[in-house]
Amino acid sequence: MKLEAKIPSGPLADKWTDYKAHTALVSPANKRKHTILIVGTGLAGGGAAAALGELGYKVKAFCYQDSARRAHSIAAQGGINAAKNYQNDGDTVFRLFYDTIKGGDFRAREANTYRLAEISNEIIDQCVAQGVPFGREYSGYLANRTFGGAQVSRTFYARGETGQQLLLGAYNSLNAQVNAGNVDVFERTEMLDLIVIDGVARGIVVRDMVSGEVSSHFGDAVLLCTGGYSNVFFLSTSAKGCNGSALWRAYKRGAAFANPSFTQIHPTAIPQSGDFQSKLTLMSESLRNDGRVWVPKKAGDDRPPNDIPEDERDYYLERIYPSFGNMVPRDVASRNAKNVCDEGRGIGPTKRGVYLDFAVAIERLGVDVIKDRYGNLFEMYEMINDEDPYETPMMIYPAPHYTMGGLWVDYDLMSNMPGLFVLGEANFSDHGANRLGASALMQGLADGFFVIPNTLGQYIAKGKHPDVDPNCDEVRKVEQDAKDFNQKLLDIKGSKTVDYFHRAMGMIMLDKCGMARSKEGLNEAIEKIGKLKEEFWADVKVPGTGESLNQELEKAGRVADYFDLAILMCLDAREREESCGGHFREEHKTEEGEARRDDENFCHVAVWEWMGEDQAPQAHKEELEFEYVELTQRSYK
Amino acid sequence: MKLTLEIWRQKDANDKGHFETYELDNVRSHMSFLEMLDVLNQELIEKGEEPVAFDHDCREAICGTCGFVINGVAHGHMKRNTVCQLHMRTFNDGDHLVLEPWRAKAFPLVRDLIVDRSAFERIQRAGGYISARTGSAPDANSILIPKEQAEAALDFAECIGCGACVASCPNGAAMLFVGARIAHLGFLPQGQPERVERAKAMVAAMEQEGFGACTNYTSCEATCPKGVSIVGIAKMNKDYFNAKLFSGGNLGGKE
Repeated sequence: MKLEAKIPSGPLADKWTDYKAHTALVSPANKRKHTILIVGTGLAGGGAAAALGELGYKVKAFCYQDSARRAHSIAAQGGINAAKNYQNDGDTVFRLFYDTIKGGDFRAREANTYRLAEISNEIIDQCVAQGVPFGREYSGYLANRTFGGAQVSRTFYARGETGQQLLLGAYNSLNAQVNAGNVDVFERTEMLDLIVIDGVARGIVVRDMVSGEVSSHFGDAVLLCTGGYSNVFFLSTSAKGCNGSALWRAYKRGAAFANPSFTQIHPTAIPQSGDFQSKLTLMSESLRNDGRVWVPKKAGDDRPPNDIPEDERDYYLERIYPSFGNMVPRDVASRNAKNVCDEGRGIGPTKRGVYLDFAVAIERLGVDVIKDRYGNLFEMYEMINDEDPYETPMMIYPAPHYTMGGLWVDYDLMSNMPGLFVLGEANFSDHGANRLGASALMQGLADGFFVIPNTLGQYIAKGKHPDVDPNCDEVRKVEQDAKDFNQKLLDIKGSKTVDYFHRAMGMIMLDKCGMARSKEGLNEAIEKIGKLKEEFWADVKVPGTGESLNQELEKAGRVADYFDLAILMCLDAREREESCGGHFREEHKTEEGEARRDDENFCHVAVWEWMGEDQAPQAHKEELEFEYVELTQRSYK
Repeated sequence: MKLTLEIWRQKDANDKGHFETYELDNVRSHMSFLEMLDVLNQELIEKGEEPVAFDHDCREAICGTCGFVINGVAHGHMKRNTVCQLHMRTFNDGDHLVLEPWRAKAFPLVRDLIVDRSAFERIQRAGGYISARTGSAPDANSILIPKEQAEAALDFAECIGCGACVASCPNGAAMLFVGARIAHLGFLPQGQPERVERAKAMVAAMEQEGFGACTNYTSCEATCPKGVSIVGIAKMNKDYFNAKLFSGGNLGGKE
């Protein structure tokens, strides 16, 4: 397998400008002759559909939701980073780039990450032009807040619903292009497979989720913008429908999977309350701006939080990391929460929780200011937990949230398969082993609105792209494979539900491939998940038929893929004999219990190639070269 | 906690549909309403019956996917809520709950509690946006917007497009939904150039979809999970009136 990152030469700060100046272009008259298929309509997919439609390409966009506006980008709460330096606090493009590379524990590509930081400013301009009502000062200027892993205030926000507002901005732009006749949107349509002809991605097979009809669409490029796969853990902050199947099925057709085990466990979610829980709800990281994290000093202290005196509380993040305090990156905050709970100092009914306390901020700033900043989050917390966080500290605990891993892409965002592009959370490129807060929205919009419109032209201009014969053998076979896969699931007619299997797998993954991993544990997980997979294929019960709306069939297909993906995640985690970012191997830690990287042996992207059912995947490497940053041990002390 | 659930079952748009009654034991107070339905569905599947189809996704009250009527009220009895964030602790042991889909002419039924809200898509595509070509935006701080104005725009922009307003309206009107977008963009300086055309296009699309007219019941506002105010409807009417009066059109009384 050839992995050419195609990073432009020249100084870091000039690469993107030079690239744009020399890239091949497609003339406006010719763009409309090219059909681009886009799967997923979140910030990356919706943004790409809008921007490519504006350029004049013929775009077909697909989403499993009943509206493009419901993609899970909508649930992002806290904000979006940009190096505007509106606060005059010393921010620059380089600093945002450096924070992101360091936050990712030096496992991301320099050139991609620098481009992301560079584009961040254009994104904010574009969003404001679209009518995104960001938070403002009384003077009318844009306001900022601070996020984890940074010592500058560079995060733009719209209350605690920034993702919603940004997605509506992208969605509105998408709608303008639908109205202009450049984009067609196919809702309630799920991608089942990728059509590859002569090694080139040429189309997708989809299922109409209402009628059950399976059909094919063809184009000159396929863009996967399908988000992350945290639902492999069953309980995560993802929407219930979020899934890894588009990525997985593309992987099985030849696309390489990079760093599959790099997952982010977000520190501030509402703890699990019982066995019937269907998902975990995030409380935005922005809360750590004003909230202080603590647990009782004594193990087993069952007093209500307000009865525990100040000197019997351990504000452990402030104690261990005095310079960043409560604003340490997510992986560090999560791991420390796990540690104090493992010591028996966890709080709440399950003892897997820590307090997030606003008492000091409320006293200093007043209730109104706190309400203005986080009102809707406090309301949501009260709705779920039946406790008023203005009076009693919140209870929080880490939850699977984001996947830094994804399909491998080069600088153009094209996978190793010509014609297959991967944008946003679905690719691996910008966040290394840990993503900083307020960077996912930034990457989604950067990839969709600003990167792909400039990189796609090169591929379109230089290739031939002959029409695909819809009746050719390749197409027929992939369609038949997709139908057979679903029929196989329906025909098992076993005794256990899809959710039963998904929950069981999720528990294994969280325990063995979550916040702490070990070789022994990963081996155990691989074995257990393998067995569970066998049981699934022998005993799952999927009611109904494929010829109508069938939510259980949709879930079954996704869970079937999760088994294989989970095993690949465990293999990847086992192979990486170091700790970095969110990937923490028990065997590799410093004396203080911090992650110990091994730059000599693991300063690379682990890239996996599918070798067939029941075959071990083949491991490849893309070495990471750092010219502009020095690899240091990450310290937030 | 024990519940009796009377749920609308309908295979597809052509089926006649009927209520089916289910008894559910072991409902825990910390479950969300949808988690309670998950439990029911697991039981149904295990018994060899078809599960109840309902729309849902984020389960955080922000994506706007979920929604049905519980005992006559869209999203149930709790104010400013969606069914995914409605918790079982707000119900009592022995409650009898009737679950129905959104019922509106413009929302054809898909299956059980799922309806087709694509009419909303067509209204938004008609003009619910600011045409801002990517790459042409000036520096974000070159457009100053008073805080109150930005906050007011955000109050309307919070609409999640769930359709509860339509389901609650005796006329099946979509005016709160349309008004929300018109007010969101209309409060912002960036939204001014297309303001008149936007109102005309969105209102025309709304009427074409078969939504009813507003007769000031305000039940839309009362059940809106995001508390969107009917001031949006007034803003819409004002923009529409201005559009008709000052842009060469007429008020519809004469050709």
